[in-house]
Amino acid sequence: MKTLVYTSSLGLLCMLAEMFNLRKIVLPLSIAGLCVIFGLNMMDWDINNGNHPFYHGMVVVNNYSVVFSGLLILLAIFVLILSGNFYKNEQSKISDYLALIIFTLCGALALVSFGNMVMFFLGIEVLSISLYVLAGSKKKDLRSHEAGMKYFLMGSFASGILLFGITLVYGEAGTFDLQLIAKNYSAMAPSILFKVGVGMIMIALLFKVSAAPFHFWAPDVYDGSPTLVTITMATIAKIAAFAAFYRLFSMCFITSMPAYSGVFAAVTALTMIVGNFTALNQDSFKRMLAFSGISHAGYLMIAIMSLSGGTQNAVFYYSLAYGLSTIAAFTVAMVVANNAGTDKIEAFNGLGKRKPMLAGALTLAMLSLAGIPPFAGFFAKYYIFSEAIKNGHLGIVILAVINSIVAIYYYFKVIFAMYTKESDAVVFEIKPSYLFVVTVCVILVLLIGILPNAFAGLL
Amino acid sequence: MFETGLLFFVFFFPLVAAALVYLAGHKQAKYVAATAAVIEFIASVMLKKCIAASHAGVIEFTHSWIDKPNISFALSVDGLSFILVVLTTFLVPLIVISTFRKEIDNAKGFYALILLMQFALIGVFIAADAFLFYIFWELALIPIYFIALLWGEGRDREFRNRAIFKFFLYTLGGSLFMLLGFIWLYQKAGSFNIHALYNLQLNAAEQVWVFLAIFVAFAVKIPIVPFHTWQPETYKEAPTAGTMLLAGIMLKMGLYGLLRWLLPIVPHGVMVCTPYVIVLAVIGVVYGSVIAIRQNDLKKLLAYSSLAHVGLIAAGIFTLTREGLEGSVVQMVSHGINVIALFFAAEIIFQRTGTFEIAKLGGIRNVAPKFSTCFMIVVLAAVGLPLTNSFIGEFLLLFGIYEYNTVLSIIAGTTIILGAVYMFRMYQNVALGETNSLTSTFEDLNWSEMAVFVPVIVAIFVIGVYPGPILHMVQPALDNILNYVWR
Repeated sequence: MKTLVYTSSLGLLCMLAEMFNLRKIVLPLSIAGLCVIFGLNMMDWDINNGNHPFYHGMVVVNNYSVVFSGLLILLAIFVLILSGNFYKNEQSKISDYLALIIFTLCGALALVSFGNMVMFFLGIEVLSISLYVLAGSKKKDLRSHEAGMKYFLMGSFASGILLFGITLVYGEAGTFDLQLIAKNYSAMAPSILFKVGVGMIMIALLFKVSAAPFHFWAPDVYDGSPTLVTITMATIAKIAAFAAFYRLFSMCFITSMPAYSGVFAAVTALTMIVGNFTALNQDSFKRMLAFSGISHAGYLMIAIMSLSGGTQNAVFYYSLAYGLSTIAAFTVAMVVANNAGTDKIEAFNGLGKRKPMLAGALTLAMLSLAGIPPFAGFFAKYYIFSEAIKNGHLGIVILAVINSIVAIYYYFKVIFAMYTKESDAVVFEIKPSYLFVVTVCVILVLLIGILPNAFAGLL
Repeated sequence: MFETGLLFFVFFFPLVAAALVYLAGHKQAKYVAATAAVIEFIASVMLKKCIAASHAGVIEFTHSWIDKPNISFALSVDGLSFILVVLTTFLVPLIVISTFRKEIDNAKGFYALILLMQFALIGVFIAADAFLFYIFWELALIPIYFIALLWGEGRDREFRNRAIFKFFLYTLGGSLFMLLGFIWLYQKAGSFNIHALYNLQLNAAEQVWVFLAIFVAFAVKIPIVPFHTWQPETYKEAPTAGTMLLAGIMLKMGLYGLLRWLLPIVPHGVMVCTPYVIVLAVIGVVYGSVIAIRQNDLKKLLAYSSLAHVGLIAAGIFTLTREGLEGSVVQMVSHGINVIALFFAAEIIFQRTGTFEIAKLGGIRNVAPKFSTCFMIVVLAAVGLPLTNSFIGEFLLLFGIYEYNTVLSIIAGTTIILGAVYMFRMYQNVALGETNSLTSTFEDLNWSEMAVFVPVIVAIFVIGVYPGPILHMVQPALDNILNYVWR
């Protein structure tokens, strides 16, 4: 609870800093603030060994919410570190940007710790609205406008469906409280209205995690938004949406899940296939990662298909591996694209010779995303697959394995470009803040891969 | 205590050495790498004493690594693992020394990757936990992928990229199914430990499915027809040192995997599938030999001959007879040693004449007698002449296949004739006849090249004359495997 309160306060503080003309210190201040909040958040670990409700169950703090909050805050810290250079030429607006990023984090935190449908909806909205603005924040770039507009239109439509679904569930259950709903519906079969409500909530969430066939917004929005915002969407927003998805369904909709299992399996399969096979043909790195993000959503949905005790560990580990690898990949892409003036894959040509460290880091990130041992991404896939097999979803796992093989093709396209193609581009400087983020992420990916024990059995 | 320490040294030293090589810089890299590889060889040979002293002939080490799922850091070295570890540590220094005359750009990266590869290979051969085995199996792929891709010799860059990528995709794709198989086994056994998997009771249908899943990974790596299409192109495009690693050691991973991780775990699945697999393997033998006859490219000829040889080894393993298994181990060692020397000879020819084309060569014997003699001995060993190492291996393998099925053994036996045809034809065209403009300036072997050929030739004759120690060494391990197969 205090995590959420302090983070919101930090966001407000950023806006106030603008008024008191403290622009220079607002970035270090917010990074330091988030670090403190990270520590405070971790102190909530294992309190009372279970669910800890606040405000009449609006927020329920448990280990699940604590670890996911920790991960999201960590990712936000990385984003803030990157933003120092990213917004170098827009100093007059920096506190607004920072405030929006921190509010995005607030929404994300609400999404991993809600205990009530209202809080869940608030979380989604706070997260989305900040992102709508951020997506369109490059004022002179038409594509950024397009991204913001598209995201807003599609997103608000999804929010409408979500609200409709919540209303139907409320109408049947008579309460917004998740634990009460779960208690009322654990024994008896859900009615048809309840099921429809759950279905609509599911559709909205599938939209938010960009699962096929609700994924059409994602590539354009990812591509058009400023890269830093794309990073925020691909990591913080996606992980938060997934954590919320899992939390909601494991907490109170477990009984209505069987009714949708066929549809959900189909959507999962479609998401993996569409994401992977469309990524094959992309020549823009950002779009490629957008589609790869869609396929990763598919892998994570396998975990939601098999809701059971161990699965939340798998979801968390996957989010951790995916988040860190994605940030590392996008950061390198950002540096390269800035210097080449394009985010086509050709921009990476010869990077292996020009910047061996950077190329090495990107290679590791790509290997991890492709799921090659001993990097974190491999264990992430492993946990998801083994949970699914345990729950009897062998077919979908075989499909996922085939998809992983396909995915290697496009991840290696970048590695090829870096090491085997020549380029006459000049050697460039990397800002220390970028280098710092890339190094830390890559080291973490390696460490988490070699010592998965520390992270895989947390929950 | 000493034995665990030595085991750890043998296991981790290549990794440390890889880091040292990288730090040593471009100029010193090759010397550091060669020294480290020789030290590693000596250390690994010392393991023999420890195995002899230990009870049951196995050195084991187990430490918990990941609790959930239950994965342990379990290493074990028995006779079979020992033979393959020593094969690796014997060949890696030779591979390193074989590159001494060559100018290699970014040398520190190259040699560090070779040693990293050695680390992964040794890991594969001594892992006693299926998951650990899988990790090293995949880890071995990364260095060889970069070695082949970055230092490759193919003229056409695009073609090389595609060939190497095909190799990567095939092997990784195959091994993902192996991972599925292992996960399935884990769900049944609750552990990845090799003993737990050996004692698992699975029903017949499950065994067949698990067999197929795991077999794909090994079949791609070995390679068994029809999973071999990556092989000739990759051998051709990779730098010769990379080809040596691939043909000499890496494909033994697949054969070792069959012995250690497939036969004893799903014996019933093996029984059901054996007839088909043996036929495939024998088809590979004939197919590889026939195509090799028609090759004009030295490296491709060797690639196809390698395909024929490993096909015979795989067939021997699937006879599930004692002779077949023994032969397979001896032949793994022999093939590893011979193929490295053959590829090295091809590399020497290429360095001096600038071509791999057999038709353009000739008369090397007139100008380079030392080289031609060494080459001759290796060729004789490769066709399995008595007193050379391959003779023992091929004899045992064919005997095993004969026990299984007479007709198959006759078909597989043609490999000896066909092998003699393409090998002697190649030697004739390369070393005998008129010296032409390309070969007239052929320089004879220098010291670093002798340093590769001499140990190889010694090994060829020692194993050929007295294979007893190898057979003695692997016997308990093979007996153990056969006990589980015929349980």
